[in-house]
Amino acid sequence: MEDIKKRIRTIKFWNSVFWITGLLSTLVGLALLFTLLTDLFMDGFPRLSYKFFTSFPSRFPDEAGILSAWVGSFLVLFVTASSAIPLGVAAGIYLEEYAGKNWLTDIIEINIANLAGVPSIVYGLLALGLFVYFFKFGESILTGGLALALLILPMVIMATREAIRAIPNSIREASYALGATKWQTVQSHIIPYSTGGILTGIIIGLSRAIGETAPIITVGALTFIAFLPSSPFSSEFPFVSFKWLFDPFTVMPIQMFNWVSRPQHEFQLNAAAAGLVLMAMTLLMNGLAIYIRYRFRRKIKW
Amino acid sequence: MVKELKAEVKKLNFYYGSVQALKEINLPIERRKVSALIGPSGCGKTTFLRCFNRMHDLYPHNRYEGEITLYPDNINIISPEIDPIEIRMQISMVFQKPNPFPKSIYENVAYGLRVRGIRKRAVLDEKVEKSLRGAALWDEVKDRLNHLAFDLSGGQQQRLCIARALATDPRILLFDEPTSALDPTATSKIEELIIQLKDEVTIIIVTHNMQQAARVSDYTAFMYLGEIVEYDKTDRIFTAPSNRLTEEYITGRFG
Repeated sequence: MEDIKKRIRTIKFWNSVFWITGLLSTLVGLALLFTLLTDLFMDGFPRLSYKFFTSFPSRFPDEAGILSAWVGSFLVLFVTASSAIPLGVAAGIYLEEYAGKNWLTDIIEINIANLAGVPSIVYGLLALGLFVYFFKFGESILTGGLALALLILPMVIMATREAIRAIPNSIREASYALGATKWQTVQSHIIPYSTGGILTGIIIGLSRAIGETAPIITVGALTFIAFLPSSPFSSEFPFVSFKWLFDPFTVMPIQMFNWVSRPQHEFQLNAAAAGLVLMAMTLLMNGLAIYIRYRFRRKIKW
Repeated sequence: MVKELKAEVKKLNFYYGSVQALKEINLPIERRKVSALIGPSGCGKTTFLRCFNRMHDLYPHNRYEGEITLYPDNINIISPEIDPIEIRMQISMVFQKPNPFPKSIYENVAYGLRVRGIRKRAVLDEKVEKSLRGAALWDEVKDRLNHLAFDLSGGQQQRLCIARALATDPRILLFDEPTSALDPTATSKIEELIIQLKDEVTIIIVTHNMQQAARVSDYTAFMYLGEIVEYDKTDRIFTAPSNRLTEEYITGRFG
Protein backbone atom coordinates (compact mmCIF):
# COMPACT_ATOMS: atom_id res chain seq x y z
CA MET A 1 0.00 0.00 0.00
CA GLU A 2 2.80 2.42 0.96
CA ASP A 3 4.43 1.43 -2.29
CA ILE A 4 1.46 2.46 -4.42
CA LYS A 5 1.13 5.80 -2.59
CA LYS A 6 4.79 6.52 -3.16
CA ARG A 7 4.45 5.67 -6.82
CA ILE A 8 1.41 7.94 -7.22
CA ARG A 9 3.36 10.80 -5.55
CA THR A 10 6.21 10.38 -8.06
CA ILE A 11 3.85 10.28 -11.00
CA LYS A 12 2.02 13.35 -9.73
CA PHE A 13 5.32 15.17 -9.27
CA TRP A 14 6.23 14.62 -12.93
CA ASN A 15 2.75 15.61 -13.90
CA SER A 16 3.17 19.03 -12.27
CA VAL A 17 6.68 19.39 -13.74
CA PHE A 18 5.27 19.07 -17.21
CA TRP A 19 2.34 21.32 -16.39
CA ILE A 20 4.73 24.11 -15.37
CA THR A 21 7.07 23.58 -18.33
CA GLY A 22 4.13 23.74 -20.71
CA LEU A 23 2.76 26.86 -19.14
CA LEU A 24 6.14 28.61 -19.23
CA SER A 25 6.68 27.72 -22.90
CA THR A 26 3.28 29.13 -23.77
CA LEU A 27 3.97 32.30 -21.82
CA VAL A 28 7.34 32.86 -23.54
CA GLY A 29 5.62 32.83 -26.92
CA LEU A 30 2.80 35.08 -25.79
CA ALA A 31 5.09 37.53 -23.99
CA LEU A 32 7.34 37.90 -27.03
CA LEU A 33 4.40 38.52 -29.31
CA PHE A 34 2.91 40.99 -26.84
CA THR A 35 6.21 42.92 -26.53
CA LEU A 36 6.56 43.06 -30.28
CA LEU A 37 3.01 44.32 -30.75
CA THR A 38 3.31 46.91 -27.97
CA ASP A 39 6.59 48.18 -29.37
CA LEU A 40 5.12 48.42 -32.87
CA PHE A 41 2.03 50.11 -31.49
CA MET A 42 3.95 52.67 -29.38
CA ASP A 43 6.16 53.61 -32.31
CA GLY A 44 3.61 53.50 -35.07
CA PHE A 45 0.29 54.56 -33.62
CA PRO A 46 1.03 58.31 -33.27
CA ARG A 47 1.89 58.39 -37.01
CA LEU A 48 -1.46 56.98 -38.10
CA SER A 49 -3.65 59.70 -39.53
CA TYR A 50 -5.86 60.29 -42.52
CA LYS A 51 -2.91 62.02 -44.21
CA PHE A 52 -0.72 58.94 -43.71
CA PHE A 53 -3.12 56.88 -45.87
CA THR A 54 -3.51 59.53 -48.56
CA SER A 55 0.10 60.67 -49.07
CA PHE A 56 2.73 59.32 -51.38
CA PRO A 57 6.15 58.44 -49.98
CA SER A 58 8.41 61.45 -49.63
CA ARG A 59 11.93 62.26 -48.57
CA PHE A 60 10.45 64.20 -45.65
CA PRO A 61 9.37 61.61 -43.06
CA ASP A 62 6.48 63.72 -41.76
CA GLU A 63 4.93 64.06 -45.18
CA ALA A 64 5.47 60.47 -46.27
CA GLY A 65 2.48 58.14 -46.49
CA ILE A 66 1.43 54.73 -47.72
CA LEU A 67 -1.02 55.65 -50.49
CA SER A 68 0.87 53.95 -53.33
CA ALA A 69 1.68 51.00 -51.07
CA TRP A 70 -1.82 50.09 -49.93
CA VAL A 71 -3.30 50.71 -53.38
CA GLY A 72 -0.54 48.50 -54.82
CA SER A 73 -1.14 45.77 -52.23
CA PHE A 74 -4.86 45.89 -52.90
CA LEU A 75 -4.50 45.64 -56.70
CA VAL A 76 -1.87 42.90 -56.51
CA LEU A 77 -4.07 40.92 -54.14
CA PHE A 78 -6.98 41.39 -56.53
CA VAL A 79 -4.96 39.86 -59.38
CA THR A 80 -3.78 37.07 -57.06
CA ALA A 81 -7.30 36.24 -55.91
CA SER A 82 -8.87 36.31 -59.36
CA SER A 83 -6.26 33.95 -60.79
CA ALA A 84 -5.51 31.61 -57.86
CA ILE A 85 -9.12 31.03 -56.75
CA PRO A 86 -10.62 29.69 -60.00
CA LEU A 87 -7.51 27.67 -60.84
CA GLY A 88 -7.03 26.27 -57.34
CA VAL A 89 -10.68 25.43 -56.71
CA ALA A 90 -11.10 23.82 -60.13
CA ALA A 91 -7.92 21.76 -59.64
CA GLY A 92 -9.03 20.70 -56.16
CA ILE A 93 -12.47 19.63 -57.40
CA TYR A 94 -10.93 17.76 -60.31
CA LEU A 95 -8.48 15.88 -58.11
CA GLU A 96 -11.13 14.90 -55.55
CA GLU A 97 -14.17 14.18 -57.68
CA TYR A 98 -13.03 13.41 -61.20
CA ALA A 99 -9.48 12.02 -61.20
CA GLY A 100 -9.14 8.29 -60.62
CA LYS A 101 -7.07 7.09 -57.72
CA ASN A 102 -3.84 5.82 -59.29
CA TRP A 103 -0.08 6.36 -59.12
CA LEU A 104 -0.30 9.50 -61.27
CA THR A 105 -2.73 11.26 -58.94
CA ASP A 106 -0.61 10.09 -55.99
CA ILE A 107 2.43 11.79 -57.53
CA ILE A 108 0.43 14.95 -58.21
CA GLU A 109 -0.82 14.94 -54.63
CA ILE A 110 2.69 14.62 -53.14
CA ASN A 111 3.98 17.35 -55.45
CA ILE A 112 1.25 19.81 -54.52
CA ALA A 113 2.01 19.25 -50.84
CA ASN A 114 5.69 19.86 -51.58
CA LEU A 115 4.96 23.00 -53.60
CA ALA A 116 3.25 24.51 -50.56
CA GLY A 117 6.58 24.29 -48.75
CA VAL A 118 8.78 25.84 -51.46
CA PRO A 119 10.46 29.09 -50.27
CA SER A 120 8.63 32.11 -51.64
CA ILE A 121 11.73 33.56 -53.31
CA VAL A 122 11.82 30.54 -55.60
CA TYR A 123 8.34 31.46 -56.81
CA GLY A 124 9.71 34.99 -57.35
CA LEU A 125 12.44 33.60 -59.61
CA LEU A 126 9.93 31.48 -61.50
CA ALA A 127 7.70 34.52 -62.00
CA LEU A 128 10.67 36.62 -63.11
CA GLY A 129 11.60 34.10 -65.78
CA LEU A 130 8.07 33.26 -66.86
CA PHE A 131 6.02 36.43 -66.58
CA VAL A 132 8.67 39.18 -66.93
CA TYR A 133 11.00 37.70 -69.55
CA PHE A 134 8.93 35.08 -71.36
CA PHE A 135 5.44 36.61 -71.46
CA LYS A 136 6.86 40.16 -71.32
CA PHE A 137 4.32 41.36 -68.74
CA GLY A 138 7.03 43.68 -67.39
CA GLU A 139 7.65 44.55 -63.78
CA SER A 140 3.97 45.16 -63.34
CA ILE A 141 1.02 44.61 -61.04
CA LEU A 142 0.03 41.66 -63.25
CA THR A 143 3.41 39.99 -62.75
CA GLY A 144 3.37 40.63 -59.00
CA GLY A 145 -0.16 39.33 -58.63
CA LEU A 146 0.55 36.21 -60.66
CA ALA A 147 3.74 35.53 -58.69
CA LEU A 148 1.74 35.55 -55.46
CA ALA A 149 -0.96 33.47 -57.13
CA LEU A 150 1.64 30.76 -57.85
CA LEU A 151 2.67 30.96 -54.21
CA ILE A 152 -0.80 30.41 -52.77
CA LEU A 153 -2.12 28.07 -55.48
CA PRO A 154 -1.00 24.90 -53.63
CA MET A 155 -2.65 26.22 -50.45
CA VAL A 156 -5.92 26.87 -52.29
CA ILE A 157 -5.84 23.42 -53.91
CA MET A 158 -5.18 21.70 -50.60
CA ALA A 159 -7.85 23.69 -48.76
CA THR A 160 -10.35 22.79 -51.49
CA ARG A 161 -9.47 19.12 -51.29
CA GLU A 162 -9.70 19.04 -47.50
CA ALA A 163 -13.08 20.77 -47.60
CA ILE A 164 -14.40 18.36 -50.22
CA ARG A 165 -13.08 15.34 -48.35
CA ALA A 166 -15.08 16.38 -45.30
CA ILE A 167 -18.32 15.76 -47.25
CA PRO A 168 -19.50 12.24 -46.38
CA ASN A 169 -19.78 9.80 -49.24
CA SER A 170 -23.41 9.11 -48.32
CA ILE A 171 -24.28 12.59 -49.63
CA ARG A 172 -22.68 11.84 -53.01
CA GLU A 173 -24.47 8.49 -53.19
CA ALA A 174 -27.79 10.16 -52.34
CA SER A 175 -27.29 12.56 -55.22
CA TYR A 176 -26.20 9.94 -57.74
CA ALA A 177 -29.02 7.62 -56.68
CA LEU A 178 -31.49 10.32 -57.72
CA GLY A 179 -30.05 10.21 -61.23
CA ALA A 180 -27.74 13.22 -60.95
CA THR A 181 -24.69 13.40 -63.20
CA LYS A 182 -21.24 14.11 -61.83
CA TRP A 183 -21.45 17.80 -62.71
CA GLN A 184 -24.93 18.14 -61.18
CA THR A 185 -23.60 16.55 -58.00
CA VAL A 186 -20.56 18.83 -57.93
CA GLN A 187 -22.61 21.91 -58.70
CA SER A 188 -25.46 21.45 -56.25
CA HIS A 189 -23.72 19.56 -53.43
CA ILE A 190 -19.93 19.39 -53.51
CA ILE A 191 -19.31 23.10 -54.15
CA PRO A 192 -21.99 24.53 -51.82
CA TYR A 193 -21.12 22.23 -48.89
CA SER A 194 -17.38 22.87 -49.16
CA THR A 195 -17.60 26.64 -49.69
CA GLY A 196 -16.92 27.41 -46.02
CA GLY A 197 -13.71 25.39 -45.93
CA ILE A 198 -12.59 26.63 -49.33
CA LEU A 199 -13.14 30.30 -48.42
CA THR A 200 -11.27 29.84 -45.17
CA GLY A 201 -8.30 28.39 -47.05
CA ILE A 202 -8.41 31.15 -49.65
CA ILE A 203 -8.45 33.94 -47.09
CA ILE A 204 -5.61 32.42 -45.09
CA GLY A 205 -3.64 32.08 -48.35
CA LEU A 206 -4.35 35.70 -49.27
CA SER A 207 -3.39 36.93 -45.82
CA ARG A 208 -0.07 35.19 -46.31
CA ALA A 209 0.30 36.71 -49.78
CA ILE A 210 -0.30 40.26 -48.53
CA GLY A 211 2.74 40.05 -46.27
CA GLU A 212 5.08 38.46 -48.83
CA THR A 213 8.06 40.57 -49.87
CA ALA A 214 10.63 38.30 -51.45
CA PRO A 215 8.80 37.26 -54.64
CA ILE A 216 7.57 40.80 -55.19
CA ILE A 217 11.08 42.26 -54.95
CA THR A 218 12.38 39.51 -57.23
CA VAL A 219 9.95 40.40 -60.00
CA GLY A 220 11.08 44.01 -59.68
CA ALA A 221 8.54 46.04 -57.77
CA LEU A 222 9.80 49.56 -57.17
CA THR A 223 10.59 50.68 -53.67
CA PHE A 224 9.75 54.36 -54.18
CA ILE A 225 6.62 55.22 -56.10
CA ALA A 226 5.03 58.63 -56.06
CA PHE A 227 2.12 57.98 -58.38
CA LEU A 228 -0.88 55.69 -58.60
CA PRO A 229 -1.50 53.07 -61.29
CA SER A 230 -3.97 54.14 -63.96
CA SER A 231 -7.58 53.95 -62.87
CA PRO A 232 -9.49 50.72 -63.50
CA PHE A 233 -12.55 52.82 -64.38
CA SER A 234 -12.81 55.08 -67.40
CA SER A 235 -15.37 57.62 -68.50
CA GLU A 236 -15.74 56.08 -71.95
CA PHE A 237 -17.21 52.76 -72.99
CA PRO A 238 -16.61 50.02 -71.77
CA PHE A 239 -15.98 51.99 -68.54
CA VAL A 240 -13.35 49.57 -67.27
CA SER A 241 -9.71 49.69 -68.19
CA PHE A 242 -7.03 47.09 -67.65
CA LYS A 243 -4.07 49.38 -68.27
CA TRP A 244 -3.31 49.34 -64.52
CA LEU A 245 -2.33 45.70 -64.81
CA PHE A 246 0.85 46.73 -66.61
CA ASP A 247 1.78 49.66 -64.37
CA PRO A 248 4.72 49.60 -61.97
CA PHE A 249 3.80 49.30 -58.31
CA THR A 250 4.90 48.87 -54.75
CA VAL A 251 3.29 46.99 -51.85
CA MET A 252 3.05 47.49 -48.10
CA PRO A 253 5.93 45.23 -46.97
CA ILE A 254 8.27 46.77 -49.57
CA GLN A 255 7.38 50.25 -48.41
CA MET A 256 8.16 49.15 -44.85
CA PHE A 257 11.46 47.64 -45.93
CA ASN A 258 12.36 50.87 -47.71
CA TRP A 259 11.68 52.97 -44.63
CA VAL A 260 13.44 50.63 -42.22
CA SER A 261 16.61 50.81 -44.30
CA ARG A 262 16.83 54.61 -44.00
CA PRO A 263 19.09 56.19 -41.39
CA GLN A 264 16.64 58.79 -39.99
CA HIS A 265 14.70 57.66 -36.91
CA GLU A 266 11.44 59.27 -38.14
CA PHE A 267 11.33 56.85 -41.04
CA GLN A 268 11.50 53.96 -38.57
CA LEU A 269 8.32 55.30 -37.02
CA ASN A 270 6.70 55.38 -40.45
CA ALA A 271 7.72 51.75 -40.92
CA ALA A 272 6.14 50.84 -37.59
CA ALA A 273 2.92 52.60 -38.59
CA ALA A 274 2.84 50.78 -41.95
CA GLY A 275 3.53 47.54 -40.04
CA LEU A 276 0.52 48.21 -37.83
CA VAL A 277 -1.68 48.74 -40.88
CA LEU A 278 -0.39 45.53 -42.46
CA MET A 279 -1.01 43.59 -39.23
CA ALA A 280 -4.51 45.02 -38.99
CA MET A 281 -5.20 43.91 -42.58
CA THR A 282 -3.96 40.38 -41.85
CA LEU A 283 -5.89 40.15 -38.58
CA LEU A 284 -9.02 41.38 -40.30
CA MET A 285 -8.69 38.75 -43.02
CA ASN A 286 -8.06 35.96 -40.51
CA GLY A 287 -11.00 37.16 -38.45
CA LEU A 288 -13.15 37.01 -41.56
CA ALA A 289 -11.94 33.46 -42.21
CA ILE A 290 -12.92 32.38 -38.69
CA TYR A 291 -16.32 34.04 -39.03
CA ILE A 292 -17.02 32.37 -42.38
CA ARG A 293 -16.01 29.00 -41.01
CA TYR A 294 -18.31 29.50 -38.04
CA ARG A 295 -21.22 30.57 -40.25
CA PHE A 296 -20.95 27.60 -42.58
CA ARG A 297 -20.26 25.05 -39.83
CA ARG A 298 -23.39 26.11 -38.02
CA LYS A 299 -25.53 25.19 -41.00
CA ILE A 300 -23.86 21.88 -41.81
CA LYS A 301 -23.39 19.05 -39.36
CA TRP A 302 -22.56 15.63 -40.69
CA MET B 1 -54.41 -13.48 -59.66
CA VAL B 2 -51.73 -13.90 -62.24
CA LYS B 3 -48.30 -13.07 -61.00
CA GLU B 4 -46.74 -10.13 -62.74
CA LEU B 5 -43.02 -9.58 -62.77
CA LYS B 6 -41.41 -6.18 -62.47
CA ALA B 7 -37.91 -7.48 -62.83
CA GLU B 8 -36.07 -10.73 -63.17
CA VAL B 9 -32.52 -11.51 -62.15
CA LYS B 10 -30.85 -14.13 -64.29
CA LYS B 11 -27.46 -15.69 -63.59
CA LEU B 12 -26.12 -12.57 -61.94
CA ASN B 13 -22.46 -12.61 -60.94
CA PHE B 14 -20.78 -9.61 -59.37
CA TYR B 15 -17.10 -8.99 -58.72
CA TYR B 16 -15.26 -6.44 -56.58
CA GLY B 17 -12.00 -6.55 -58.51
CA SER B 18 -11.08 -10.23 -58.45
CA VAL B 19 -13.33 -11.09 -55.52
CA GLN B 20 -16.64 -12.61 -56.51
CA ALA B 21 -19.34 -11.22 -54.21
CA LEU B 22 -22.47 -12.60 -55.89
CA LYS B 23 -22.74 -16.04 -57.45
CA GLU B 24 -25.24 -17.15 -60.07
CA ILE B 25 -28.20 -15.30 -58.64
CA ASN B 26 -31.64 -15.98 -60.08
CA LEU B 27 -34.60 -14.17 -58.61
CA PRO B 28 -38.01 -12.92 -59.76
CA ILE B 29 -39.20 -9.53 -58.45
CA GLU B 30 -42.99 -9.38 -58.27
CA ARG B 31 -44.71 -6.16 -59.32
CA ARG B 32 -46.16 -4.10 -56.47
CA LYS B 33 -45.00 -6.49 -53.80
CA VAL B 34 -42.35 -6.22 -51.15
CA SER B 35 -39.41 -8.56 -51.66
CA ALA B 36 -37.06 -8.88 -48.72
CA LEU B 37 -33.43 -9.95 -48.81
CA ILE B 38 -32.22 -11.48 -45.56
CA GLY B 39 -29.04 -13.18 -44.49
CA PRO B 40 -26.07 -12.86 -42.16
CA SER B 41 -23.65 -9.91 -42.39
CA GLY B 42 -21.41 -10.06 -45.42
CA CYS B 43 -23.67 -12.42 -47.36
CA GLY B 44 -23.96 -9.95 -50.24
CA LYS B 45 -27.50 -8.66 -49.74
CA THR B 46 -26.54 -4.97 -49.90
CA THR B 47 -24.17 -5.67 -52.81
CA PHE B 48 -27.06 -7.34 -54.60
CA LEU B 49 -29.44 -4.46 -53.88
CA ARG B 50 -26.95 -1.92 -55.20
CA CYS B 51 -26.85 -3.74 -58.55
CA PHE B 52 -30.44 -2.66 -59.20
CA ASN B 53 -29.54 1.03 -59.45
CA ARG B 54 -25.99 0.53 -60.68
CA MET B 55 -24.43 2.11 -57.58
CA HIS B 56 -21.38 -0.07 -58.13
CA ASP B 57 -20.59 1.95 -61.25
CA LEU B 58 -19.49 4.81 -59.00
CA TYR B 59 -16.39 2.93 -57.94
CA PRO B 60 -13.63 1.42 -60.07
CA HIS B 61 -12.89 -2.27 -60.64
CA ASN B 62 -16.48 -3.47 -60.15
CA ARG B 63 -17.91 -5.86 -62.69
CA TYR B 64 -21.35 -7.35 -63.40
CA GLU B 65 -22.18 -10.48 -65.35
CA GLY B 66 -25.60 -11.80 -66.28
CA GLU B 67 -28.88 -9.99 -66.49
CA ILE B 68 -31.41 -8.04 -64.49
CA THR B 69 -34.33 -7.53 -66.82
CA LEU B 70 -36.70 -4.67 -66.09
CA TYR B 71 -40.27 -5.21 -67.29
CA PRO B 72 -42.29 -4.22 -69.25
CA ASP B 73 -39.58 -2.69 -71.47
CA ASN B 74 -37.24 -5.68 -71.30
CA ILE B 75 -34.10 -3.68 -70.72
CA ASN B 76 -31.12 -5.22 -69.01
CA ILE B 77 -30.34 -2.96 -66.04
CA ILE B 78 -26.73 -4.04 -65.74
CA SER B 79 -25.84 -3.96 -69.42
CA PRO B 80 -22.78 -1.76 -70.03
CA GLU B 81 -24.61 -0.21 -72.98
CA ILE B 82 -27.24 1.25 -70.67
CA ASP B 83 -26.32 4.50 -68.97
CA PRO B 84 -26.51 4.06 -65.17
CA ILE B 85 -28.17 7.49 -64.95
CA GLU B 86 -31.04 6.20 -67.09
CA ILE B 87 -31.49 3.38 -64.56
CA ARG B 88 -31.25 5.61 -61.50
CA MET B 89 -33.90 7.88 -62.97
CA GLN B 90 -36.32 4.94 -62.75
CA ILE B 91 -35.15 3.10 -59.65
CA SER B 92 -34.82 5.04 -56.38
CA MET B 93 -32.97 4.09 -53.24
CA VAL B 94 -33.30 4.73 -49.51
CA PHE B 95 -30.06 4.24 -47.61
CA GLN B 96 -29.11 2.66 -44.32
CA LYS B 97 -28.48 5.91 -42.48
CA PRO B 98 -30.74 8.89 -43.17
CA ASN B 99 -28.72 11.05 -45.56
CA PRO B 100 -30.67 14.24 -46.27
CA PHE B 101 -28.83 17.04 -48.04
CA PRO B 102 -27.95 20.05 -45.88
CA LYS B 103 -30.68 21.98 -47.64
CA SER B 104 -34.27 22.82 -46.79
CA ILE B 105 -36.90 20.11 -46.45
CA TYR B 106 -38.48 21.37 -49.68
CA GLU B 107 -35.23 21.34 -51.64
CA ASN B 108 -34.44 17.82 -50.45
CA VAL B 109 -37.63 16.46 -51.94
CA ALA B 110 -37.41 18.62 -55.05
CA TYR B 111 -33.81 17.70 -55.88
CA GLY B 112 -34.60 14.64 -57.98
CA LEU B 113 -37.03 16.74 -60.03
CA ARG B 114 -34.53 19.56 -60.45
CA VAL B 115 -32.02 17.01 -61.74
CA ARG B 116 -34.60 16.14 -64.39
CA GLY B 117 -34.82 19.79 -65.41
CA ILE B 118 -38.19 20.54 -63.82
CA ARG B 119 -38.20 24.22 -62.86
CA LYS B 120 -41.86 25.24 -62.71
CA ARG B 121 -42.70 26.20 -59.15
CA ALA B 122 -46.28 24.92 -59.38
CA VAL B 123 -45.17 21.48 -60.56
CA LEU B 124 -42.46 21.28 -57.88
CA ASP B 125 -44.87 22.42 -55.14
CA GLU B 126 -47.41 19.80 -56.11
CA LYS B 127 -44.86 16.99 -56.35
CA VAL B 128 -43.21 17.93 -53.06
CA GLU B 129 -46.54 17.89 -51.25
CA LYS B 130 -47.59 14.61 -52.84
CA SER B 131 -44.29 12.93 -51.99
CA LEU B 132 -44.27 14.20 -48.42
CA ARG B 133 -47.84 12.94 -48.00
CA GLY B 134 -46.77 9.64 -49.53
CA ALA B 135 -43.99 9.40 -46.94
CA ALA B 136 -46.42 10.28 -44.10
CA LEU B 137 -44.43 13.38 -43.25
CA TRP B 138 -46.55 16.19 -44.68
CA ASP B 139 -48.53 17.00 -41.53
CA GLU B 140 -45.36 17.25 -39.47
CA VAL B 141 -43.46 19.54 -41.81
CA LYS B 142 -46.00 21.48 -43.90
CA ASP B 143 -45.45 24.67 -41.88
CA ARG B 144 -41.68 24.55 -42.05
CA LEU B 145 -40.75 23.42 -45.53
CA ASN B 146 -37.95 25.99 -45.59
CA HIS B 147 -36.31 24.67 -42.44
CA LEU B 148 -33.09 22.70 -42.73
CA ALA B 149 -33.60 18.96 -43.05
CA PHE B 150 -31.12 18.47 -40.19
CA ASP B 151 -33.65 20.02 -37.80
CA LEU B 152 -35.80 16.88 -38.15
CA SER B 153 -35.47 13.81 -35.93
CA GLY B 154 -33.74 10.70 -37.27
CA GLY B 155 -37.01 8.96 -38.11
CA GLN B 156 -38.37 12.08 -39.81
CA GLN B 157 -35.13 12.42 -41.77
CA GLN B 158 -35.50 8.86 -43.03
CA ARG B 159 -39.11 9.53 -44.08
CA LEU B 160 -37.82 12.66 -45.81
CA CYS B 161 -35.37 10.46 -47.71
CA ILE B 162 -38.29 8.22 -48.67
CA ALA B 163 -40.21 11.28 -49.90
CA ARG B 164 -37.14 12.33 -51.88
CA ALA B 165 -36.98 8.88 -53.46
CA LEU B 166 -40.73 8.91 -54.21
CA ALA B 167 -40.79 12.34 -55.83
CA THR B 168 -39.41 11.01 -59.08
CA ASP B 169 -42.14 8.34 -59.46
CA PRO B 170 -39.75 5.40 -59.37
CA ARG B 171 -40.71 2.03 -60.82
CA ILE B 172 -38.79 0.19 -58.13
CA LEU B 173 -37.92 1.50 -54.67
CA LEU B 174 -34.86 -0.01 -53.00
CA PHE B 175 -34.45 0.03 -49.21
CA ASP B 176 -31.06 -0.77 -47.72
CA GLU B 177 -31.67 -1.59 -44.04
CA PRO B 178 -33.70 1.61 -43.72
CA THR B 179 -34.40 1.31 -39.99
CA SER B 180 -31.08 0.10 -38.66
CA ALA B 181 -30.22 3.59 -37.34
CA LEU B 182 -33.68 4.29 -35.89
CA ASP B 183 -35.50 3.71 -32.61
CA PRO B 184 -38.47 1.25 -32.38
CA THR B 185 -41.19 3.91 -32.77
CA ALA B 186 -39.58 5.40 -35.87
CA THR B 187 -38.98 1.88 -37.16
CA SER B 188 -42.63 0.89 -36.92
CA LYS B 189 -43.67 4.07 -38.74
CA ILE B 190 -41.31 3.26 -41.61
CA GLU B 191 -42.59 -0.31 -41.71
CA GLU B 192 -46.21 0.86 -41.95
CA LEU B 193 -45.16 3.19 -44.70
CA ILE B 194 -43.48 0.41 -46.68
CA ILE B 195 -46.66 -1.68 -46.50
CA GLN B 196 -48.71 1.29 -47.74
CA LEU B 197 -46.29 2.11 -50.53
CA LYS B 198 -46.47 -1.28 -52.20
CA ASP B 199 -49.85 -0.33 -53.66
CA GLU B 200 -47.99 2.05 -55.93
CA VAL B 201 -44.48 0.82 -56.32
CA THR B 202 -42.45 -2.38 -56.36
CA ILE B 203 -40.22 -2.60 -53.31
CA ILE B 204 -37.03 -4.52 -52.55
CA ILE B 205 -35.79 -4.29 -48.98
CA VAL B 206 -32.58 -5.50 -47.41
CA THR B 207 -32.87 -6.14 -43.71
CA HIS B 208 -30.88 -7.88 -41.03
CA ASN B 209 -33.97 -7.92 -38.87
CA MET B 210 -35.94 -11.09 -39.57
CA GLN B 211 -39.07 -9.89 -37.77
CA GLN B 212 -39.05 -6.88 -40.03
CA ALA B 213 -38.88 -9.06 -43.13
CA ALA B 214 -41.72 -11.16 -41.76
CA ARG B 215 -43.82 -8.07 -41.01
CA VAL B 216 -43.43 -6.12 -44.23
CA SER B 217 -42.58 -8.45 -47.07
CA ASP B 218 -44.57 -10.69 -49.38
CA TYR B 219 -41.57 -12.63 -50.65
CA THR B 220 -38.27 -13.34 -48.95
CA ALA B 221 -34.93 -14.46 -50.31
CA PHE B 222 -32.40 -15.89 -47.88
CA MET B 223 -28.82 -15.22 -48.96
CA TYR B 224 -25.65 -16.84 -47.73
CA LEU B 225 -22.06 -16.39 -49.01
CA GLY B 226 -23.17 -14.51 -52.11
CA GLU B 227 -25.78 -17.02 -53.15
CA ILE B 228 -29.52 -17.23 -52.82
CA VAL B 229 -30.20 -20.26 -50.67
CA GLU B 230 -33.96 -20.09 -50.70
CA TYR B 231 -36.66 -17.88 -52.14
CA ASP B 232 -40.36 -18.20 -51.38
CA LYS B 233 -43.44 -16.48 -50.06
CA THR B 234 -42.51 -14.86 -46.78
CA ASP B 235 -44.92 -16.90 -44.63
CA ARG B 236 -43.52 -20.10 -46.07
CA ILE B 237 -39.92 -19.06 -45.46
CA PHE B 238 -40.69 -18.27 -41.84
CA THR B 239 -42.98 -21.20 -41.10
CA ALA B 240 -41.83 -24.05 -43.29
CA PRO B 241 -38.46 -23.38 -44.91
CA SER B 242 -37.35 -26.15 -47.18
CA ASN B 243 -33.63 -25.61 -46.71
CA ARG B 244 -31.86 -26.60 -43.51
CA LEU B 245 -29.59 -23.51 -43.65
CA THR B 246 -32.60 -21.18 -43.90
CA GLU B 247 -34.22 -22.88 -40.95
CA GLU B 248 -31.08 -22.55 -38.86
CA TYR B 249 -30.81 -18.87 -39.72
CA ILE B 250 -34.41 -17.92 -39.01
CA THR B 251 -34.42 -19.85 -35.76
CA GLY B 252 -31.34 -17.91 -34.72
CA ARG B 253 -28.91 -20.81 -34.67
CA PHE B 254 -26.35 -18.89 -36.74
CA GLY B 255 -25.88 -15.50 -38.32
